[in-house]
Amino acid sequence: MAYSNKVIDHYENPRNVGSFDKDDASVATGMVGAPACGDVMKLQIKVSPDGIIEDAKFKTYGCGSAIASSSLVTEWVKGKSLDEAQQIKNTDIAQELALPPVKIHCSILAEDAIKAAIADYKQKHGG
Amino acid sequence: MKLPIYLDYAATTPVDTRVAEKMMQFLTMDGEFGNPASRSHRFGWQAEEAVEIARSQIAELINADPREIVFTSGATESNNLAIKGAADFYHKKGKHLITVKTEHKATLDTMRQLEREGYEVTYMEPQTDGLVTVAMLEAAIRPDTSVISVMFVNNEIGVVQDIAAIGEMCRSKGIIFHVDAAQAAGKVEIDLQTLKVDLMSFSAHKAYGPKGIGALFVRRKPRIRLEAQMHGGGHERGMRSGTLPTHQIVGMGEAFRIAKLEMQAEISRITVLRDRLLNGVKDLEQVFLNGNREQRVPHITNISFNYVEGESLIMALKDIAVSSGSACTSASLEPSYVLRALGMSDELAHSSIRFSIGRFTTEEQVDHTIKIVHQAIDKLRAMSPLWDMFKDGVDLNTVAWVAH
Repeated sequence: MAYSNKVIDHYENPRNVGSFDKDDASVATGMVGAPACGDVMKLQIKVSPDGIIEDAKFKTYGCGSAIASSSLVTEWVKGKSLDEAQQIKNTDIAQELALPPVKIHCSILAEDAIKAAIADYKQKHGG
Repeated sequence: MKLPIYLDYAATTPVDTRVAEKMMQFLTMDGEFGNPASRSHRFGWQAEEAVEIARSQIAELINADPREIVFTSGATESNNLAIKGAADFYHKKGKHLITVKTEHKATLDTMRQLEREGYEVTYMEPQTDGLVTVAMLEAAIRPDTSVISVMFVNNEIGVVQDIAAIGEMCRSKGIIFHVDAAQAAGKVEIDLQTLKVDLMSFSAHKAYGPKGIGALFVRRKPRIRLEAQMHGGGHERGMRSGTLPTHQIVGMGEAFRIAKLEMQAEISRITVLRDRLLNGVKDLEQVFLNGNREQRVPHITNISFNYVEGESLIMALKDIAVSSGSACTSASLEPSYVLRALGMSDELAHSSIRFSIGRFTTEEQVDHTIKIVHQAIDKLRAMSPLWDMFKDGVDLNTVAWVAH
């Protein structure tokens, strides 16, 4: 299958690969997907005291589109408030990366990963 | 070295130059373009002679009688003709068939169609090494079992079934035995004088011949009858109508002639390359060879790279043409049904790559592949949350995954 240039770019030069210390109070983690389905995404965000996402990192087990989707959202969430990040839609991700229909689930997974990370942050901070 | 490197010989092989040159003599006005069925002039006679020479060349590779060879469009059609043709012809004996879950889709989907037509089919689960034993098959036989179909060499994992022993058992019970040998011709010794196989499917394009041509061996002694699936001019003794494509047939004949001549040397050479490939990746952690280690052809090597997803691995191996055990590239998210049938976990099945080596593979290409595989695995594992968890000693089976 032919990948879009944007998918290939993110796949070959993934942005923000890595992990934060999950015990750091300002860090929240979202892990979605399952090995049996062929993709697992771990998205971590580092949130400032005033609720702005200062940094983000990811690790992904999955196809090129899954890696590209997670790489892209780490770029997108940086500088956003939690509420703004919550608004990121899978359709935006799919459109930006020109994902074919069979790869839409990768963008859904990336949206789920953001939401899971935000939920984790809110839970950690009683909120 | 020219890139990309082709390591997908199990999908198809390039046509050997010697074969292509031969085929070109049977196409144009200056060549022998005639219809082999034309009886009234020398154009037809010459084409017929070329077809009969090819038929003999094919029969010689597998030690059969040329009259036992029926030309088809390929192994898919041969499987359809063999299984449907025998099931139809012998339906009075019974309407139960047996096959194996790791067969090619050409067999499995043919069986599914017969189920829709009122037949019953048992799909055997192989052992975890991909092999089925005679005892396993014997246990599945019923009084109304008419046909058993087992492939010779598996196209995804390369294991070789014990066709001789299964054939003995089928013959002793009066059951028709069909073997899909698409991946076996020119790769393992096939002697149909000793093998008790009734029907055997062949393909030209897996053995350096052209696509679009194959053959079905139909045993004469004891005689096996088939209900034709393609009707028309009564070609191929009524079993498969349709004008014989002389150039394709000549190509298949030449490919099989070369295979007989060069097979032993080629197997030795490919074994050396296969061992080189395996040695080159054995220092990587969590790498597994799929299928029985001894009963296999050297041409097909299926390896699981745990915690790395197959499609992204293929993407990382962009200058190397391999195929994934995972069918992720299709609309389905299912991993390879062959690997699943061996009892492999979904994630390991998703992490599998088939390397298939052939006539034109060089040592240099294998070495380059090893290098690229190392780079790709290092990169993807550094990116894989599953690899981190494995390294932290987390048992992935105990994790509550948020499946989607």
